[in-house]
Amino acid sequence: MIKQWDTTEKALVVSLPVLIIVGLLVPDWIQFFLQVSMASGLVALGVMIQARAGLVSFGQGLYFCIGGYAAGMAGHFWGISDAFVLLLLGVIVTLVIATLLGFLMSRYREIFFAMLSLALSMILYGILVKAEVLGSTDGFNLPRTTFFGWKPEGDAWNTATFIFTCVPTIVIAVLLNRYLRSPMGYIGEAIRENEIRLEYLGTSVKRAVHIKYVIAATVSGAGGVLAAIAVGHVDPEMTYWTTSGQFVFIVLLSGTGNIVAPLIGTFLLEILRIYAVEFSPNTWQMILGTVMLLIILFLPKGLWSLINYYKEKRKS
Amino acid sequence: MSALLETRGLGKKFGEVVAASNINVQIQPKEVIGVIGANGAGKTTFVNMVTGYMQPSEGEIFFRQEKINGLPSRTLTRRGMCRSFQIPQLFMDLTTLENIIIALTIIKQNNPSLLRPTMTKPIVDESMALLSRFNIDQYANHKISALAQGVRKLVDIVMATAGNPKLLFLDEPTSGVSADEKMHLMEVLMNALRFTETAVLFIEHDMEIVENFAPRTIAFYEGTILADGETSVVLEDAEVRKYVIGSEFHRQGEKTHA
Repeated sequence: MIKQWDTTEKALVVSLPVLIIVGLLVPDWIQFFLQVSMASGLVALGVMIQARAGLVSFGQGLYFCIGGYAAGMAGHFWGISDAFVLLLLGVIVTLVIATLLGFLMSRYREIFFAMLSLALSMILYGILVKAEVLGSTDGFNLPRTTFFGWKPEGDAWNTATFIFTCVPTIVIAVLLNRYLRSPMGYIGEAIRENEIRLEYLGTSVKRAVHIKYVIAATVSGAGGVLAAIAVGHVDPEMTYWTTSGQFVFIVLLSGTGNIVAPLIGTFLLEILRIYAVEFSPNTWQMILGTVMLLIILFLPKGLWSLINYYKEKRKS
Repeated sequence: MSALLETRGLGKKFGEVVAASNINVQIQPKEVIGVIGANGAGKTTFVNMVTGYMQPSEGEIFFRQEKINGLPSRTLTRRGMCRSFQIPQLFMDLTTLENIIIALTIIKQNNPSLLRPTMTKPIVDESMALLSRFNIDQYANHKISALAQGVRKLVDIVMATAGNPKLLFLDEPTSGVSADEKMHLMEVLMNALRFTETAVLFIEHDMEIVENFAPRTIAFYEGTILADGETSVVLEDAEVRKYVIGSEFHRQGEKTHA
């Protein structure tokens, strides 16, 4: 309990080389799914850290899309193809927009927060669908990313972008874990429980929510950039409510118990979907829905609660 | 001597309902004051106004010679004014220790850190020391939702006192606590506060407790102050006996028995 690096952080650091090696050994399509899962997983992390404060964001796709479009437009219009510049740019744009919208969002809680976040994401969807210069509903392609002037081709490019996704994902996960353990993180937990007490302890709840909102948005924006780089394409679907709903689904599936949970949850959902579509191409949504229902009924705190359950069982 | 807290003509209206009017109170440093009054007499409204939870409709409040009307409760906490609640306001799903640690962390860090761990040995030790000062250290690792009301009440008070406030308001510290535990709770509480600089104002319905622990008493009636002075004098006051204490108070009877 009382040390600088906790178990989760150590595990994350160790997992980085393992992840890269595994990613290079498995077939290309699995590597691609891993890569996309990590990018989406970051958005799920954004939903998760807000859920820890009792805030359900039903529109996290907004920042997924803003990050993706910021990187995409920089590539498409200005010809910027350097992955590092794109990531930095996407993060800065989401940071600025989230800071501004945060003044509004930090005033709301519960269903009002959920609905307002949904509304904001659908406003962006509405704008993008109408924007012909951005390809309307089709979106547009990104130029092939480069790395400090290095222009890899074929398999080398796959490997490079895969590693470029792994490193920020793990770094962000470690930082978020740190945040959840920090005083600001504990204040977040406390917001879920009792805001009056927090104010009487001498801290501003609104400011804490604002900070959390901006952190969640920025992480999601980074996820958007990484997804755009991986797929090489952005479209307004990124901010559609079904995309946002999927991130909430992941958090319900995996639980909020640990920072690693949403990352694994995203990958599990991707796998589940692949097999659900293969098993019944026309009614695969029913399979996902059934899984969700079973999770809510039998594991209301998500899959991660199983791990805690076995830990406690072993102790006793 | 200059007062720690002073209110001048303080009043609160909810529409046409007058919850409090023309309240003039002075509290000196280190004083212990009991507040009595029937339900709806304006006791909690007074505390809510002074601690910034509610804005007064009229009048002025001075804390350490500075006007504090309109300041949010978090600012007043930083300046040294704290309160506990009639219904404990705690983080129910967290453990007692976590509750205290969050309180101490906020008190120590004006701008809470984003990356440094909260759970460090010094702060855990300090929290445990606070809990043992109030004899509730055995509940450190219990979730608040699993604790009895009396213990929750104490945790609530520990959180209010964690920052060594100059002025502490306790809103019915013994309500919801069983009759035979009441005296004990107040003793634990007053002993813990005895060696601090804290002035305490507590709202209480049990006259025996007021008599035992408060040298000075303020009686509220229908939003105004009926009497304010030495406890023995206030409790003997004819109007206080008529409007506030009523037939509940049998001290006279007990005396003749003794």
